[in-house]
Amino acid sequence: MGRRPRAVVVVAGLLLLALVPPVAAALAQPFYVDLFRRMMIFAIAALSLDLILGYGGMVSFGHAAYLGIGAYAVGILGFHGIESGLIQWPVAILASALTALVIGAISIRTSGVYFIMITLAFAQMLYYLGISLETYGGDNGMPLRTRSQFGPIDLRNPYAFYYLVLALLVLFLLLGARFVNARFGMVIRAAKSNEPRARAIGFSPYGYRLTAFVIAGGMCGLAGALLANQTEYLTPDFMHWTRSGEIMFMVILGGIGTLFGPVIGAVVLLLLEDVLSAFTAHWQIILGPFLVLVVLFAKRGLFGLVPDAGGRRG
Amino acid sequence: MRTMRRALVAGLLAVLVASGAASAETVKIGFITSLSGPAGVIGKHMQDSVELALDHLGRKVGGLDVEVIYGDDQRKSDVGKQLADEMLKKHRVHFVSGIIWSNVMLAVAPVVTRERVFMIGTNAGPHELAGDQCSEYFFTTSWQNDQTPEAMGKYMSDQNLTDVYALAPNYAAGKDMIQGYKRYFKGRIVNEVYTKLGQQDYSAEITQIRAANPKAVFVFYPGDMGIQFVKQYAQAGLREQIPLYSVYTVDEVTLPAVKEAALGNFETRYWSPDLNNEANRRYVSDFRKKFGYTPSFYGAQSYDGIMLIDSAVRAVKGDLSNKAGMIATMRKADYKSTRGPYRYNVNHFPIENFYLLQTVRSADGEFAMQIQKTVFENHKDAYYQKCPMKW
Amino acid sequence: MSVLLVLEQGLNGLQFGVMLFLMAAGLTLVFGIMNLVNLAHGSLYMIGAYLAATFFGWTGSFLLAVALSLLATLVVGIVVELTALRTLYERDHLDQVLATFGLILFFNELIAILWGRAALYTGVPPALAGYIELLPRLRYPTYRAAVILVGLAVALLLYVVVARTRLGMLIRAGASNRTMVGALGVNIRLLYTVVFGAGAALAGLAGLMAGPIYAVQPGMGEQILIQVFVVIVIGGIGSIHGALVGAILVGMVDTLGRAFLRPVLSTVITPTAADAAGPALASILIYVLMAAVLFFRPQGLFPPRG
Repeated sequence: MGRRPRAVVVVAGLLLLALVPPVAAALAQPFYVDLFRRMMIFAIAALSLDLILGYGGMVSFGHAAYLGIGAYAVGILGFHGIESGLIQWPVAILASALTALVIGAISIRTSGVYFIMITLAFAQMLYYLGISLETYGGDNGMPLRTRSQFGPIDLRNPYAFYYLVLALLVLFLLLGARFVNARFGMVIRAAKSNEPRARAIGFSPYGYRLTAFVIAGGMCGLAGALLANQTEYLTPDFMHWTRSGEIMFMVILGGIGTLFGPVIGAVVLLLLEDVLSAFTAHWQIILGPFLVLVVLFAKRGLFGLVPDAGGRRG
Repeated sequence: MRTMRRALVAGLLAVLVASGAASAETVKIGFITSLSGPAGVIGKHMQDSVELALDHLGRKVGGLDVEVIYGDDQRKSDVGKQLADEMLKKHRVHFVSGIIWSNVMLAVAPVVTRERVFMIGTNAGPHELAGDQCSEYFFTTSWQNDQTPEAMGKYMSDQNLTDVYALAPNYAAGKDMIQGYKRYFKGRIVNEVYTKLGQQDYSAEITQIRAANPKAVFVFYPGDMGIQFVKQYAQAGLREQIPLYSVYTVDEVTLPAVKEAALGNFETRYWSPDLNNEANRRYVSDFRKKFGYTPSFYGAQSYDGIMLIDSAVRAVKGDLSNKAGMIATMRKADYKSTRGPYRYNVNHFPIENFYLLQTVRSADGEFAMQIQKTVFENHKDAYYQKCPMKW
Repeated sequence: MSVLLVLEQGLNGLQFGVMLFLMAAGLTLVFGIMNLVNLAHGSLYMIGAYLAATFFGWTGSFLLAVALSLLATLVVGIVVELTALRTLYERDHLDQVLATFGLILFFNELIAILWGRAALYTGVPPALAGYIELLPRLRYPTYRAAVILVGLAVALLLYVVVARTRLGMLIRAGASNRTMVGALGVNIRLLYTVVFGAGAALAGLAGLMAGPIYAVQPGMGEQILIQVFVVIVIGGIGSIHGALVGAILVGMVDTLGRAFLRPVLSTVITPTAADAAGPALASILIYVLMAAVLFFRPQGLFPPRG
């Protein structure tokens, strides 16, 4: 595979994703465009979680909250007649980032299980808040009358929408790579592996962690805006803590602490769910132990199986 | 080797010829419900009823072979939508049916009807689809969500009951139910309490009820919330003191879990296993024989859904492209429904009767809900005037 | 709003708190000694409820059902510990959370396969039905009073064991420094298994007591599990008396909030606003409480390691 097998896998993977629409068209199976597009949207969400989870060691069980906030930003603006994506999507990102700022400011003061619990609690709060928002449908949710408008790019065209999502995914992969290798990416990675030493060198991880948390929140908010467009409907259960668990599973399955791992994880998990649930109503009895086994024995995830540039595995 | 290859080719040709010979189309029905998780019990009721309907039809719908593709929406609207996409684009179904939850229905129905495929709902009846979002491709065999509490409101009003304490979970359906109830209930409502969705312990609320001492209590607590509330209400000794009226709280799904705790409680519904018509007697007795438990209204609606589809396909003599013909037939509701004969309103929601039910103990010691009287005859929903369809 | 009403709601809060304590004690013990985050604790609660209902159906005797189901849950807990959880002790919390989350899915489905998805029929045993008159005009359901008594008795028992016995000393030592305890020659593996078994039995006890009043169905553990985690986080992970304080606090706040928040709110804001805000606030009140506690004391109220 050459001396940089991971890079090859990434490029190959992205190429395969790019080829899905023409192949689907050739096979006259337009459903797969929708399916893979949904996978890529969750891949973006998983990628954003990996930034703080894999690199920062912050186990946030409330990450799905930003999916919800981004989706509701699009929904609420659309409800009030603002249908331009150029307004909706930045608002989605900003709203999520701001919420992440507030939640992070409180949560990052804690660590370990406390951090997990408090992020979960905040997610639950937002979920119950969403349910009680009667104007916006409460737990029935609300439909998106029309997809976000972008002038020349018509999101109702499934292929245009697909390639837009793919472009965003590639963009976030590149941004993510810049981020983890930039100064504060390094700081949170250092703090994750040995916090006392990081402090001894003179860094205060709090500020850096909070920044990472906010960036991850904003990114996930955009994924939420995309998801709302994909489903053309949004409900508070976008924010439920079990959704956070699913996204976390995608990160682990794909490869925690890598950037492309979450993408693989999202594709594989959603594919598995689709296939298994058609097979049996008791699919969770298969998925459950599978999750346990992955955590116990394949901690590095699928992407972790591919040796990196130094020839090391995982 | 050569003989084997020849045999293979011959076999392949035979299969191709045979499938070509069965040139009549297969009716494909996509059935979306919740099959996993705690709500899976409702999905099972629906799936079993669909299977029984197919048995009764001789495994043919409208004379054609049928394929039912089941989908598990996991109670999530985005999963439901993905299933609908899959059924429309991959399986190319002619009908999508089922759906328990209103939020899933609101996400799925427009997607289906937009493609000019029929959506035959067999439970959820959100008012949007009864009003300005009605569609000629959407039919339901159930009801509009508000109708059931409207019937209870009317009954309690007719009884000159007043000083009622109302409770429901704090989400859209809960608010809708109380809203529908108040549309017909003219008495005084002492208090309107909304509890946390999924709450397990109602001792605080029950204490408040006892302190307020109303003449009656009206609740909407579906699923496990209902089981918990009814049990705890009885355990607090209130069951004999303050009569409990409810909607979607005590039914054939939850009754086996509460049994005597629900004794004497009232519900309103459009159907009951003891509804006396030929189609229903056959449905209930064959269902009990085949599956060993009593069917619920979720099942009766799903059974009717298949029968409705069958009537449509039969009327157009299997020509599934004749959608106008199928719409016209379905509008007549010309099939043997488990509720007895009924008509469709302009918005493709049924105009039907609603009955008062009470939990009783039958002679063999089992608990069942039995019809006491008819509350509404040919009741229309409150939203049909907003539907632009006229026919 | 009479004094008696407030008193009765207080009892309700206490009872709910006691139920939470039984679950929280086991969970916090396991976390404190073995540093194991065990989401499947909720599954043990569910198993306790199912086994109690089933044994009661077979034997007709409540006491026998209680004894058998406690024993059986203990056995299940030990089996799970020996097979699935041993490998998790050395892993970090994320792994433990995810792996035990997988166990939840597995157990829910297993129960669904064995007993079906429909809720089981359970009822309060006839001996405990009815109510007792605590004060004139204050009657309280006997069963709920029994729950409070059992819970407080267990709290007392735990206190005695932890503070006054050798086992308790090992537990306290293990909670502060497990490496040292191991180095001193104590059989850590056995200690872990005993502690986990105790935790499982406590969860089973909570489950079998909850069975008659709550719905017994697959997935019944998850709803209460979140609240239990809130309790141990507030109380301080690893501390049993933290769990008791946290549980009573959460039970009271939640119950009193549900009962009185809306009427209290409508004295300061308009009734319609109170109608909308009251229920919404009441459902998130315990999370707000937890956030507030963690803001001032990020390690909870009584962290064992100080």
